[in-house]
Amino acid sequence: MAVDGISFEVARNEIVGLLGPNGAGKTTTINMILGILEPTSGSIRIESIDVAKQRSKALECTNFAAVYAPLPGNLTVYQNLRVFGLIYAVDHLPGRIHGLLKEFELERFRDVKAGVLSSGEQTRLCLAKAMLNEPHLLLLDEPTASLDPATAQDIRAKIREFANQRQCGVLWTSHNMYEVEDVCDRVLLLARGKILLEGDPKTLPRQHGMDTLEELFIAVARE
Amino acid sequence: MTASRTTAIVLRHLYLVSGSPARVLPLFAWVAIDMVLWGFITKYLNAVSSAAFDFVPVFLGAVLLWDFFTRVMHGVTMAFMEDVWSRNFLNIFASPLSISEYVSGLVLSSIATSSVGLVVMLVLATTIFGLSFLAYGLALILFLLVLFLFGIALGILGAAVVLRFGPASEWFIWPVPALVSPFAGVFYPISTLPHWMQYICLLLPPSYVFENVRAIVAGGAASVPELIVGTSLAIFDVVLACWIFVHVYRHSVRTGLIARYSAESVS
Repeated sequence: MAVDGISFEVARNEIVGLLGPNGAGKTTTINMILGILEPTSGSIRIESIDVAKQRSKALECTNFAAVYAPLPGNLTVYQNLRVFGLIYAVDHLPGRIHGLLKEFELERFRDVKAGVLSSGEQTRLCLAKAMLNEPHLLLLDEPTASLDPATAQDIRAKIREFANQRQCGVLWTSHNMYEVEDVCDRVLLLARGKILLEGDPKTLPRQHGMDTLEELFIAVARE
Repeated sequence: MTASRTTAIVLRHLYLVSGSPARVLPLFAWVAIDMVLWGFITKYLNAVSSAAFDFVPVFLGAVLLWDFFTRVMHGVTMAFMEDVWSRNFLNIFASPLSISEYVSGLVLSSIATSSVGLVVMLVLATTIFGLSFLAYGLALILFLLVLFLFGIALGILGAAVVLRFGPASEWFIWPVPALVSPFAGVFYPISTLPHWMQYICLLLPPSYVFENVRAIVAGGAASVPELIVGTSLAIFDVVLACWIFVHVYRHSVRTGLIARYSAESVS
């Protein structure tokens, strides 16, 4: 069993870090929230809508970006955003695409096929797609994994601003503890499918006798 | 059902086709080759045959109708395979797109692509080889409808097989029309076949089409009851294929197959 008895919520304007060693169940949790993996028991609600019962409605106000889910490389940046904009039934789509191309510095790649973009540019495209429908819940699985430190910092700032301005809750997985401390309001430490620790990433390490979040992570992972 | 979501699937396919000559060419190249090849074969048969029998509407008409069915089936499967090849399953199935919207998009994509092939075949068959579809009368509409529905059904079934058994299973799908053709009686009357094969023919909607094509060419009339049976069977097959696709999709969500699709596990 990948995850067992986990329960948590993500509030509006809140960025929650989902941390854990490889195989802890982070991606399984995200897959269940996205409705592509059915939990054997329990329920998942997005804006009070049960994903199992009203999958489409629940996912209308959700979106995601993950390093393992690149957009089709044989479509251009614009074509990808147009297709997914229609799938998410985005209002005023041309204007929304234009705004996102500008925000994620993708304007000069507008008519370039996604497959020939660098990994960092592809990540920015995935994030632009993830924000197309101005989701109330944004799921980000290692969103800055392939970005250089300067771009990663800009992206973190953009996501933070997005969460604040659009009343969006964000569930964020990362192995970069510096990033997690910088951006997350709360972290959940997951290991062997269970949530072992939960709290503010800035105070949680000291509460458990550690100096840094990384030390705490390593201690939990090796337990 | 949201129209914009179905439109998105069609638009995605149109973007792919319009941006790639490798996708444009197969829309008409193979059917054009078939028309030319069978056109000359029928001309030759007409020349060497002493009978007053015209092979053009029998063979060339049959090839045209069979190619139309094949293009419809492959149109659905190709549109689905584009998501497999571009590893787009997570983005598609983790979106608000419903299965009915997705399958409708695949069907509409197939209509768009198979129409190109049909027009090319009609132009070649009528202008170069003198095939007249007026000979089939109004029954032609039912012939095309039955073959279209059966093509859609097999296309959706093929997509379900690939979804269930992984990307490598696409090689089960492409030869399906060739496997079905001996039982469909495309080139010969069903009565030519052994009895056990004839029982299978009764379950295949195209067999009703080709039996009636031959009946019309022989100077008779189309059998309305037979064509109603063929149409009903084709509609049943579409419903059955959709049910199987939904069943496979639910199984994939329950077992996590979509999330780890590239692993090709068949748990």
